[in-house]
Amino acid sequence: MKRVYVNEKWCLACHLCEFNCAFANSGLSDMVLALKGKPIYPRIHVEGDEKISYAVSCRHCEDPICVKSCIAGALSKDGEVIKIDKNKCVGCRTCILVCPFGALAPSASGVMQKCELCLENSCGEPACVKGCPNRAIVYEERGEAE
Amino acid sequence: MKNYVIIGNGIAAAGCIEGIRSVDKESPITVVSEEKHEVYCRPLISYYLEGKTDLDRMRYRGADFYEKNGCSVLYGVKAEHILADTKEVALSDGRKLPYDALTLAAGSSPFVPPFAGLELVKSRHSFMTLDDALGLEQAITPDSRVLIVGAGLIGLKCAEGLHGRVAEITVCDLADRVLSSILDEECAYRMQKCLEEQGIRFFLGDSASRFDEHHAFMRSGAIVGFDVLVLAVGVRANTGLFREIGGNVNRGILVDERMQTSVPGIFAAGDCAEGLDISCGTKRVLAILPNAYMQGHAAGANMAGGNEIFDKGIPMNSIGFFGLHAMTAGSYDGEVYEEKTEKSLKRLFTKDDRLLGFILIGCEERAGIYTSLIREKTPLSSLNFDLLKKGATTLAFSPETRRKKFGGAV
Repeated sequence: MKRVYVNEKWCLACHLCEFNCAFANSGLSDMVLALKGKPIYPRIHVEGDEKISYAVSCRHCEDPICVKSCIAGALSKDGEVIKIDKNKCVGCRTCILVCPFGALAPSASGVMQKCELCLENSCGEPACVKGCPNRAIVYEERGEAE
Repeated sequence: MKNYVIIGNGIAAAGCIEGIRSVDKESPITVVSEEKHEVYCRPLISYYLEGKTDLDRMRYRGADFYEKNGCSVLYGVKAEHILADTKEVALSDGRKLPYDALTLAAGSSPFVPPFAGLELVKSRHSFMTLDDALGLEQAITPDSRVLIVGAGLIGLKCAEGLHGRVAEITVCDLADRVLSSILDEECAYRMQKCLEEQGIRFFLGDSASRFDEHHAFMRSGAIVGFDVLVLAVGVRANTGLFREIGGNVNRGILVDERMQTSVPGIFAAGDCAEGLDISCGTKRVLAILPNAYMQGHAAGANMAGGNEIFDKGIPMNSIGFFGLHAMTAGSYDGEVYEEKTEKSLKRLFTKDDRLLGFILIGCEERAGIYTSLIREKTPLSSLNFDLLKKGATTLAFSPETRRKKFGGAV
């Protein structure tokens, strides 16, 4: 399947992906209204130190432990995309306890959120990829694990 | 075609159904469900009382789950005996259900110690099932004084669920601290304080020596008045059916990593089963939802002739009260790394180049990275553990490992 991948060498740690993600998922059409002066809740986050940096978002695992562990039946696999039903999530954070990538985090309302590849928001394609100034983040097919 | 029978209709059974269908799309599955409900999210019963979910959203799977998976569910029917010689299950409605492969996903039952005078208490409840929660909801009024016996996960989640809906909540436990099965004294005290700030009252290291209809007479001499009593002392794995056919049982039904029991053709999964806890290397009942699903899935796949191994079982809990979250995993053995602030507490337990367990309170960000080290038995010498101690980050892995983890599909 197509996934979001990051090239560590090209990532500048500019954090633009975080802002683009939060904006794309805000449901608002004005970036200033959506983000300025507010805490942002992106579904991608930049990790690293002064030498290495890279952005982390859901890997859409073939065998997703978050889905198997969700106590609310809120996480599911829709085709190949791991989705969360925020209406069912109760914010217990078991998914945070099990995700080996640290790819889930609370939303502003306290229920969990995760990358759903922008397939259902107004962006229509991963906003982190679209807005990456150095093309360090890509959205492509790399084949499945052995 | 085979006949698959599952005793139980909880999360382990749902995992089992999906496990069977990962191998065999055709053969009929029969589910024996003592509860008259479709599979629901059992741990959400406290969230239901709290108003954070409702009966519809508590469904574990979609409304077409059984139909889509070719299952017939016998609601309100109890499995009375296993007839291993003829490969049948004798049901409470007198029928005999033939099986080629059977999974016991029978869960656990509340354990009620013999309290003097308990029979005098008319409003007496357990807190294990949806019907328990609905019954409790019926029993309470805004003026109710509730006494919960048991300060474990079930008792305290019940307290949180009832908070704001009743006048007074008191929790007692024979143990000297709350959540004694997963937290040490210091961590337990932090959680207790958070609950006390919400007005929940505790009697710890104390127990009722006797009851009358509206009072618990505590060993300490205290008298606790109540209108509604909840018994959340502990649970016992439902092993009776299997024990009576001579199967190997300890605290739970003993299973190997394929969820195979000691009797050919019979598998077990979830809260009734006792499998390997890889964080300590001994068999334990791991009565947690993720374990139930994963064991169930393996049991199902193997019932259907597959070969699915589940060898990553560890205890792990994410439990929050009034916004304070505690996460625990694995075993608390070996050397301890500790970080404390007023608002957070972190303990990592390491031994023989491995992370064996952790306790995190108020600092649960990306905790799954720690959990994966326990489950994968990752040698700590293969990564930058000094960095990882400070905070869970994939930066601690070598660039090569990170490329493998992030580079392709998982």
